Amino acid sequence: MAIRTEPFVLNMGPQHPSTHGVFRMRVTLDGEVVVDVEPVVGYLHRGIEKLGETRTYTQIIPLTDRLDYVASMTNNFAYVLAVEKLAGIEIPERAEYIRIIMAETMRISSHLMAIGFFLNDLGAMMTPVLYMWREREKLLDLYEMVCGQRLTYNYMRIGGVSQDVPEEFMPALKKWVAEMPRFIDEYDQLLSQNEVLLARTKGVCILPRDTAINIAASGPVLRASGVKWDLRKADPYSIYDRFDFDIPVGTVGDNYDRYWVRMQEARQSVRILEQAIAQLPEGEVRANVPHLLRPPVGEAYGHIEAPKGELGFYLVSDRSIAPYRFHIRPPTLINLTALKDMVVGWKVADLIITFGSIDVCLGEIDR
Amino acid sequence: MTTALKGEQVARTITKALPDSVAAADSMSVVVASQSLYQVAEFLKNTPELDFDYLANLTAVDYMGYFEVVYHLVSLEHNHSLVLKTRCHGRDKPTVPSLVKIWRSADLQEREVYDLMGIVFDGHPNLKRLLLWEGFVGHPLRRDYL
Repeated sequence: MAIRTEPFVLNMGPQHPSTHGVFRMRVTLDGEVVVDVEPVVGYLHRGIEKLGETRTYTQIIPLTDRLDYVASMTNNFAYVLAVEKLAGIEIPERAEYIRIIMAETMRISSHLMAIGFFLNDLGAMMTPVLYMWREREKLLDLYEMVCGQRLTYNYMRIGGVSQDVPEEFMPALKKWVAEMPRFIDEYDQLLSQNEVLLARTKGVCILPRDTAINIAASGPVLRASGVKWDLRKADPYSIYDRFDFDIPVGTVGDNYDRYWVRMQEARQSVRILEQAIAQLPEGEVRANVPHLLRPPVGEAYGHIEAPKGELGFYLVSDRSIAPYRFHIRPPTLINLTALKDMVVGWKVADLIITFGSIDVCLGEIDR
Repeated sequence: MTTALKGEQVARTITKALPDSVAAADSMSVVVASQSLYQVAEFLKNTPELDFDYLANLTAVDYMGYFEVVYHLVSLEHNHSLVLKTRCHGRDKPTVPSLVKIWRSADLQEREVYDLMGIVFDGHPNLKRLLLWEGFVGHPLRRDYL
């Protein structure tokens, strides 16, 4: 005789170890099987867009640090690029290279965190994370050298960066870049063929290619589904057209592909870093930009390939010292649209790792 | 490099298929009348030489006299982009059609615009506040909200 079951609703979060911040999922379950999931966000909403409308263009830079705080310099980068596009500002060569170095080290740092916590969600409690943190810690030391901060850097400026890197920075960076491939090999050896990881992630929670495009997924989530779309190649900003690197693409779009794409991207970032260090020119690091910038009347949408996807800034100027409208396109909020497509029909435990595989950052979702 | 399509050029293509739908066009963008927005969006997505399959960004701007909803469209196939806009008037219940049926990425973004700007997206399957709580009074991103 079949046992009669009925669906019930479970609130996962806002305080839950698997939610990577204050995030709530309203999950409808039939036994252990997920029938429906609705993300509930906003617990960390600080009104950054509204705050931006009352600050000068330069004063907004520290606000952008508080978006995706795992890769905050990338947010600085996206924002200053959008302002430079709006105001038509050229920046010195050396500053371009320093920005690329920062953006790519940030990408590695963010991907290491993503992979580490993904494994954490799988049940490999803290060990992989600590391995990942070992390398990330050295990166934080590097950032501390250039701007004195370890989390919210406020390093980039409209027209360049706030100051040149100190003498001890380049030797330390070179040492880190030289060591990194060996560490990635080590992670690969530890994880990529691990039987538990394969069993839990291969073929699990697939995001089909067409759905990924329709929900405008971006970053590793989109590429894992087999779409070769990386803004660094598709719409090269800054000086990315000068570097030689590949775009890793997944085949099916399951949880394993999302893990794998991040691992490979870290390798490609090392390649870019090697080239950037070799080509780094001497010179100025900041163009002459007025402190109270008044961009011409108009609008600009600047976007970059942040570690988590397409990070965009939409700015409208009315020629005053503050933007008339300041909008942030958060990649992980839009990637979250896919969560339901991926997990319906799978178990609760798969829901947790799939959420981890999107690699969300609540600072960015809630703004 | 993503080619930004000229607004006037796309406007001509749209007008040929859907007369009277384009309200204005310049080199940067196309502004369409809100009552024909849905048809234009369908046309932009389904015409093979345009093929806008990716709605990258959706937001709105409050110009006091009217609200402007801005759509940043990309075609991954052709690697070109377009800025599509529409306008709605009135501050009580400004309404534009929802595009969730065409691009599902509009889902959370339309909810966000509704929440913070107070624009109603007609036809949205689940239009409720996204970032603020139910029962919050007002829409903070409007210019007259202090």
